Amino acid sequence: MSIDLDLKEGRSRPSLLSSFMTPRAAAASPAILSILLIPGLVIVAAFFLIPIARVAFEVGNGPEGWATYLLILTNGRYLESLIQTLAMSAGVTVMALILCAIVGLFLVRNRFAGRSILIGTLTLPLSFPGTVVGFMVIMLAGRQGVIGGLTDAAFGSKLVFAYDIAGLFIGYLYFSIPRVILAVMASAEKLDVQLEEAARSLGASRFRVICDVILPGLMPGLISSGAICFATAMGAFGTAFTLATDIDVLPMVIYTEFTRNANIPVAAALSIVLGLITWACLAAVRSFTGEGKNIAVRGGA
Amino acid sequence: MRRTGIFYAQLGLTILLCLFIVIPIVMSALAGVTVNVFQGLSSGLTLRWIFEVWDLYASSIFLSLWLAVACLFVTLIAGVPLAYVLVRKPGRATRLFEELLTLPVAIPGLALALALLITYGGVSGYRSSWLFILTGHVLFTLPFMVRSVAAVMSAMDMKTLEEGAASLGAGFWRRFFTVIVPNAKPGILAGALMVVTLSVGEFNLTWMLHTPLTKTLPVGLADAYASMRLEIGSAYTLIFFVLIMPLLIAMQILANRGSKPARTTATAEDK
Repeated sequence: MSIDLDLKEGRSRPSLLSSFMTPRAAAASPAILSILLIPGLVIVAAFFLIPIARVAFEVGNGPEGWATYLLILTNGRYLESLIQTLAMSAGVTVMALILCAIVGLFLVRNRFAGRSILIGTLTLPLSFPGTVVGFMVIMLAGRQGVIGGLTDAAFGSKLVFAYDIAGLFIGYLYFSIPRVILAVMASAEKLDVQLEEAARSLGASRFRVICDVILPGLMPGLISSGAICFATAMGAFGTAFTLATDIDVLPMVIYTEFTRNANIPVAAALSIVLGLITWACLAAVRSFTGEGKNIAVRGGA
Repeated sequence: MRRTGIFYAQLGLTILLCLFIVIPIVMSALAGVTVNVFQGLSSGLTLRWIFEVWDLYASSIFLSLWLAVACLFVTLIAGVPLAYVLVRKPGRATRLFEELLTLPVAIPGLALALALLITYGGVSGYRSSWLFILTGHVLFTLPFMVRSVAAVMSAMDMKTLEEGAASLGAGFWRRFFTVIVPNAKPGILAGALMVVTLSVGEFNLTWMLHTPLTKTLPVGLADAYASMRLEIGSAYTLIFFVLIMPLLIAMQILANRGSKPARTTATAEDK
């Protein structure tokens, strides 16, 4: 198509100078373009496509054969860990969305001293590794943590919950907040204030304005950042690893199957299933909201 | 502007959320320089733990920095040309390739590491070297570089710039290095910061790929949390913060500069 256009332009301006200046001269030849692609292609093919395909087929070599893929549904322990991981990730996502929608909207709509410091603080843990987030939870709710100290002073008993599911929840929330808040703020900046003013001048109450104008406007941003948050929580490993909890979240189960039990086919099958869930979740949302450029918020964890 | 009760309620929640983020950071920084955490700050301040961490983990810290630089190098060489092709030749094949490229970010690091281990774990020289970890880091960070550079490239009028340069007789490579790359610099810089920060902090993949001789900073952190005193874990976290904070702040400044024009127009509309 582009070559066609180039030819046409070339024909309509047949002078020597303009033929010298045709876009054709500026277009890189296919050979050059493929040279440019080579390093990236090699990396993706050799270190991603081939290994993933090998893992997917490796599963078939196990004692259970292809049925290993079904283990996650038929084996009580794996199914339970899958459900627990799904519930945990969904809970964290909802919580993060509610908190960040309120705070993000507030930070976009108001200008006051110290505002940028607050934004900076909230987005700070964006690329903290999961282990550090786990340690932050210990600092907050561990045996020597702030919360324990406060409750000890107030009620005479230490509240310690870093090492059970509440601790894990807090940790996941910790690394979800920066991701969600960035996305919420980005979509809140695009909201049309005039729509709200119109609604208000027509007599809508504050509650109605929030439900009928603000929330629908924020929705695409909330859905896409929610998906990112959910997928990150599904795959997060470092936080659970640091807290050394007995809670079987899927990544921990994969890890123990692989290292302690040397059960490679099962670990591989669970990884493939987990990978499919997270990828499908992100892909579905992207095709739904039509935005996918903002992977910056995916970051570490 | 009138401040209502709702303003203060929202401000309160925001501050609460900030405290939730900041308090553990401050706590861990303080614990890292306290003589005895169990007695609290009254036991005095010391740099002893920092030195101990340095003795124990300096090699891990240097390996991480080295890996980040190597990772940056590879993602620059592979990512900038890739971004150029993706922007210059939009189409179905390009979109498919972009999707494929971004996939390693969408699936959990643990699964990626497992795939690499099963496929290349048997290659002994490679498995035991830092290059094995580098592979994982490149896979994970490359999409960030490509997206960041592609975003800037599609915002600038590359076609006109290239035509201009071509009309002056510049061949492709000359255009690429003297016109395209310099113009894409903001994107390259943002991508570079992102790649380095992510590489220094990467744990999910690295934990699976590392060997006792190739421990990175986050692997050392996990090790310190599991087996060392609380003070040593804290001091090590403090060192990590000192390394990573400047990168995070630089990233924020860059992002702010990028969105400034958009923001000023938004406030102008407000008035």
